[in-house]
Amino acid sequence: MNSTKFAPWADPEAKPLIRFQNVTKRFGTFTAIDNLSLDIYEREFFALLGPSGCGKTTMMRMLGGFENPTEGRIELAGKDISGVPPNKRAVNMMFQSYALFPHLTVWDNIAFGLRRDSKPKPEIEARVAEMLKLTRLEKFAKRKPHQISGGQRQRVALARSLAKAPKLLLLDEPLGALDKKLRQDTQFELMDIQEKTGTTFVIVTHDQEEAMTVASRVAVMDEGRLMQVATPDRIYESPNSIYVADFIGEVNIIEGTATPDGEETYRIDWADGQEPIRATSARSFATGEKCALAIRPEKVTISADRPAEAVNAVQGKVLDIAYLGNISTYHVELPSGTVIKAQTANTRRISRRSFTWDDPVWLSWTVTGGVLLAE
Amino acid sequence: MNRLSWFNTVSLTLGFAFLYIPMVILVIYSFNESKLVTVWAGFSTKWYGQLLKDQAFLNAAWVTLKVAVLSSTIATVLGTMAAYVMVRSGRFFGRTLFSGMIYAPLVMPEVITGLSLLLLFIGIGLDRGVMTIVLAHTTFSMCYVSVVVSSRLVTFDKSLEEAALDLGCTPAEAFRLVTLPIIAPAVVSGWLLAFTLSLDDLVIASFTSGPSSTTLPIKIFSAVRLGVSPEINALSTVMIGIVTVGVIATSLITKTQKVRQQRDEQEAARTQE
Repeated sequence: MNSTKFAPWADPEAKPLIRFQNVTKRFGTFTAIDNLSLDIYEREFFALLGPSGCGKTTMMRMLGGFENPTEGRIELAGKDISGVPPNKRAVNMMFQSYALFPHLTVWDNIAFGLRRDSKPKPEIEARVAEMLKLTRLEKFAKRKPHQISGGQRQRVALARSLAKAPKLLLLDEPLGALDKKLRQDTQFELMDIQEKTGTTFVIVTHDQEEAMTVASRVAVMDEGRLMQVATPDRIYESPNSIYVADFIGEVNIIEGTATPDGEETYRIDWADGQEPIRATSARSFATGEKCALAIRPEKVTISADRPAEAVNAVQGKVLDIAYLGNISTYHVELPSGTVIKAQTANTRRISRRSFTWDDPVWLSWTVTGGVLLAE
Repeated sequence: MNRLSWFNTVSLTLGFAFLYIPMVILVIYSFNESKLVTVWAGFSTKWYGQLLKDQAFLNAAWVTLKVAVLSSTIATVLGTMAAYVMVRSGRFFGRTLFSGMIYAPLVMPEVITGLSLLLLFIGIGLDRGVMTIVLAHTTFSMCYVSVVVSSRLVTFDKSLEEAALDLGCTPAEAFRLVTLPIIAPAVVSGWLLAFTLSLDDLVIASFTSGPSSTTLPIKIFSAVRLGVSPEINALSTVMIGIVTVGVIATSLITKTQKVRQQRDEQEAARTQE
């Protein structure tokens, strides 16, 4: 790892910008956030990822000041901010619906927050011009929100929330209303703007690809708890639970019992009459402990014959083929009934495809290909 | 455009005839030369001229206008506040009862409202005059305003207010700078509704008016009891005219706004990059 890499979370000396300390939030009898602690550092692009109802929006609304924690503390730059109203926080939010003021022009929308601080007029004008330039909206300054397209509205909302130069910018599903192509372009634009302004961004999303693309770290949430907080590659390559492995991307889960077999290596008995599989794991398992091997489809190789050097190989027949253009996912049914997905890049044209439905095939993967998880 | 079937044509004709024939007759007879209301003696506008010289009618018109403007303005302020609280405050103890009580005057017989107000004014020793009519009209028109405004507030995106708070507004500033301008059309139509209600109220005004403060409907009603004069017809025609112009103007304004908005949105969709 090179030393200039941005990773304040790995530095024990670094002071977090935001600190959740044992925060619990209840709505009546429903617990939205359950005793959660989390540090977010300056200049981070932090993603809160989870299914709807997991509490990610509540976390954001507590940062914005629209909800207060039932228990625990939330610190912003070392100060407890519970009870501080939204208009007294150096935090701005970009709303899912954009919440642009329909009666004001793009220019006035962006200037709205600056005017509340009763800044001198030339300063406001300069700042609005700067924001318009940053979001490439100069041409639309005089339009009303209903006179511009969805993508432009999204940029107005971003410009408006950045205008006051907040310490922290909250983005609630910022790209949810855009179509896929525009969303992808906008993701890079967001990253670019975040880097240029040096603002700390916290984004809430249910779209895992979006979180993986933009974020420096991702927090996967479920039922008011953090399941895992890590960089996108670690979330993907070394999930710490079946939930996280399953939530992010596609995964095959093979359940069985572990037996230590050499240093950090385990033999997994997973089905009667099947050869045991072998996998490495940094976490230790006792003999006979239940475990699950999570392996990504792209790490499973599909071939007509058993590869000579393969450590783990199973035979089955092709049940289904999902053709996605650039890649194909083969669903292979094993004699035990288990279906394992294998993904290959379509480097040849489809007419030259090697396998088709009902073909007998071999699936193989390496000892390090999967992640061994506790049940 | 669809052609109407004979059944629809007949229903439409009957409906409109039922609604408008009485008014059309009134307008026609206001231009009658003869003093006798039921005998047509040729076209004339002399009753309109006579109307302008009748000091009693002009006084009554002035009182009516004052009452209508004052009471509809007060009712709009109070009604908007009530609507805002009802829609925004979520669930609290007694909410259903409270909202039911706001709307109760809508179905309350006017005689009862008038009588109870009269008793109240006598009880607190308030001399009856313009002031008491204004108070009484405010009381019954306020609930109409709050119905109109709250139906707009229900569809109001709450995140707009949150955005205003987020950008540094106090709750009062958020209301003044964001909520009010957006719901303004509903507030204006609430005001117009209250204004019209006050303009044509007879029952409540007759309970709460004093000797020096006769409103136009009271004046017309008492004049008609002595016999219908063509002058009254002329006056009524003027009132119909004012109301018609007001209604058409309001609907034209909302319609052009809607058309413009739709055109802008289509334009925006087309120029999407």
